[in-house]
Amino acid sequence: MADILDTRKAQIHRTGLEPFEMACEKNSLAGSVSQRACVFCGSRVVLYPIVDALHLIHGPVGCASYTWDIRGATSTGPRLHRMSFSTDLQEKEVIFGGEKKLYESLVELIDAYEPKAAFVYSTCIVGIIGDDIEAICRRVEAEKGIPVLPVMSEGFKGTKKDGYKAACDAIAKLVGTGDISDISDLSINILGDFNIAGETNIIREYYEKMGIEVVATVTGDGRVDQIRKAHGAKLNVVQCSGSMTHLAKMMEEKYGIPYIRVSYVGIEDTSKALYDVAEYFGNDEVMSNTSKLVEEEVSRIMPFVRKCRKDLKGKKAAIYTGGAFKTFSLIRSLRSLGMKTVIVGSQTGSKEEYEYLRELSDEGTILVDDTNPVELSKFVQEKDADIFIGGVKERPIAFKLGIGFCDHNHERKIPLAGFIGMETFAREVYGSVMSPVWQFVPRKARGAGGKSEEVVA
Amino acid sequence: MTVIESKAGFTATRNACKLCTPFGACMAYKGVRGAMPFLHGSQGCSTYIRRYMISHFKEPVDIASSNFTEDTAIFGGGKNFALGLANVIRQYNPELIGIATTCLSETIGDDVPMMLKEFRKAFEGTEIPELVHVSTPSYSGTHADGFFATLRALVEGLAEGGVKRKAVNIISGMISPADIRHLKDMVASFGIESVLLPDYSDTLDGPAWSEYHNLPEGGTTVDEIRSMGSATQTVEFVSNWDLKKTAGAYLENRFGVKNHAMPLPIGLRQTDRFLDVLEEASGMDTPERYVAERGRLIDAYVDAHKYIFDKRAVVFGEEDFITGIVSFLAEVGIRPVVVLSGGNSGNLRESIAEVAPEISGIEILDGSDFEDMAEEVAKANPDILIGNSKGYTLARALDLPLVRVGFPVHDRIGGARLLHVGYKGALSLLDSIANAIIDHRQRNDDWGYTYM
Repeated sequence: MADILDTRKAQIHRTGLEPFEMACEKNSLAGSVSQRACVFCGSRVVLYPIVDALHLIHGPVGCASYTWDIRGATSTGPRLHRMSFSTDLQEKEVIFGGEKKLYESLVELIDAYEPKAAFVYSTCIVGIIGDDIEAICRRVEAEKGIPVLPVMSEGFKGTKKDGYKAACDAIAKLVGTGDISDISDLSINILGDFNIAGETNIIREYYEKMGIEVVATVTGDGRVDQIRKAHGAKLNVVQCSGSMTHLAKMMEEKYGIPYIRVSYVGIEDTSKALYDVAEYFGNDEVMSNTSKLVEEEVSRIMPFVRKCRKDLKGKKAAIYTGGAFKTFSLIRSLRSLGMKTVIVGSQTGSKEEYEYLRELSDEGTILVDDTNPVELSKFVQEKDADIFIGGVKERPIAFKLGIGFCDHNHERKIPLAGFIGMETFAREVYGSVMSPVWQFVPRKARGAGGKSEEVVA
Repeated sequence: MTVIESKAGFTATRNACKLCTPFGACMAYKGVRGAMPFLHGSQGCSTYIRRYMISHFKEPVDIASSNFTEDTAIFGGGKNFALGLANVIRQYNPELIGIATTCLSETIGDDVPMMLKEFRKAFEGTEIPELVHVSTPSYSGTHADGFFATLRALVEGLAEGGVKRKAVNIISGMISPADIRHLKDMVASFGIESVLLPDYSDTLDGPAWSEYHNLPEGGTTVDEIRSMGSATQTVEFVSNWDLKKTAGAYLENRFGVKNHAMPLPIGLRQTDRFLDVLEEASGMDTPERYVAERGRLIDAYVDAHKYIFDKRAVVFGEEDFITGIVSFLAEVGIRPVVVLSGGNSGNLRESIAEVAPEISGIEILDGSDFEDMAEEVAKANPDILIGNSKGYTLARALDLPLVRVGFPVHDRIGGARLLHVGYKGALSLLDSIANAIIDHRQRNDDWGYTYM
């Protein structure tokens, strides 16, 4: 088994076994095969679910091809976001500039598809070939009368997190441009949920049942006109803090809207999110609606969760996500299924988040930042994990070794948020861990209890 | 579905039917044993390509990156390039590192051959992996171009001359792992020594493991690629590329290895053609097994012909893939009415005329995209769509059957196991297409016959 690169060792920590010192928020090491993508990816992920906007990617075709209909972010209305538009730059534009092509593309697409706004994503070479996309956007905006927003997401200019920030900067230009006269005092924006498999809609329904108006969902099932009015909400409720805290802070500064951080993953965290919001408004009716909702939902799913827990008790999980915030909820969710987390990591976690993870985790848990296949495969074998919770790029690592897998990323087709999400999460985990196929995989078939000597060596 | 019609064609590409050139490079490099693809550019390129390939092959696909930062883009990628290579060697200890450039490194003008020279010099005296480099600026060509250019780079970088051996090189196009396995079987049954490049039949379709392999087993070995210069013949499956620039052309010009460039052996006629070359190269008759397969295929053609005759098909994917499928469709009586490729070699019309001279009135959309195709398809009144998963949106909108073949198949399992080549591949295509047509009729029929 290959060794871990020396330069990477500071980004790995074993809890309780060594003093806590965790390096993170660094550029990925060249040649390390990071699981991260790039700045463009960060922006694309965040803006993707705005369903009535035109998303035009300015650059060679690859960036658009690889992100065509990639996410399970559904819509209750328009579906324009599922289209992949690219200026598909060719050699001659690289030499003579791509501004003309960008301008023509934008004008034609806006005329044909009549979007509510357009986002223009800058890719790696755009700045280098000297295209002034901000100027083109201003010109088209003036001509077409809709917001045309440049997203400065050149792939190499930082990490995925910088892409989140670029996306928030673009959204911030929309906020504050709509009429807010009819917005209730009991109102919020949902920030940082992306409506994967309809999750934003699930969460919105909870708030509506509580008696709270949802002004804008940013960006899940997002609408340009809602986002324009987002400054009329009285509170920003922020999930996935890595991607949206920047926007929440900007809105706090400019419009005085406070924000709270929540998570809708798991029973505990979903309940806490709803109660925190109810408490913020201090309205008795809202509070009593909330208690009723939580009670009903929890009692509906608990029998199934208990049933799964019986079989899953003591099973071991590895978690690797984009942002670290989600891992907290996942660890708690797994605990409610009787399971233990043995490896936990993220692509973009912060020092504070890893510190919190250390406190939350059992002794001997491996914490890892911006890891890669060589490390992940080494750790899951060492810890003999029963399930891996991650995204598409982690799945084959698990499957090749005969380890279960649960997709917790943007490409999945089942909701994992809210109370219903806990039920589907339990079903997903149960359905993978309890499958009879593992008895045949070489790693389990050879040694007792799955610990073949080969693996330990 | 509302098809948005263009007045004079859109400037932008809408739902592309192509990927970028570095993608093809990575796929070709995955066919070399112990090889690690290495993209000189931003981290995202390697991650997106990994994800795209994993979703089709369902296998680990590791691709390294030199991981550009703002400084790298300003001062050049030399430092990250060398650090990246060194880290790949430390972490993976590969037999070969397959380097490909990206739009970023090409645009800033990084001199990769020079950087490689310096890297080799720095490691003089130590054993390092073979380093092969291909230039794949993403703004020039498609993944198919990247694929062929990489095969050329591999033989240019590694092949050696020497005493001629009675051996045949097979340079396969962008086909499935199952196709590669089948081609290898066919060649082996002639008892002739052979090398197939690129062989990702194991690396992208391997077994379950007892412990993790950083680099999956399988692939054409570096020594085998070296030996390609001393073979007597090459069979190269390529139709829509500059035939003077292929790997086979290089082997012919440099080492006198006779090159048979031919279309992918999809369908009966093209498989016959391939076997004729193998007969000539080996001096042996086609083994009985394939004679029997051919007989069963013709029998199946006869059984199916009434259900498929004159059905109107839309075909999309890489240009070479389209050429092969059209050749097959023509011989079973299905009429291709629209074909679409993001590739733009300029040869597609000619290639199709060559393999299927009986076809006329076909709308050829090369250098085009799925939305342009939607406009044509709406006019063409087809019965079936044949191509990759990306046609599903259209198939669904038009309530037409989609037979998933080629690459990528992202919405089904088994993409790597799809068989297209040889008599067996033709049989599998025939069954899938005929049954899709029969199924569609049965579903939409009020009576619901339980016999055909």
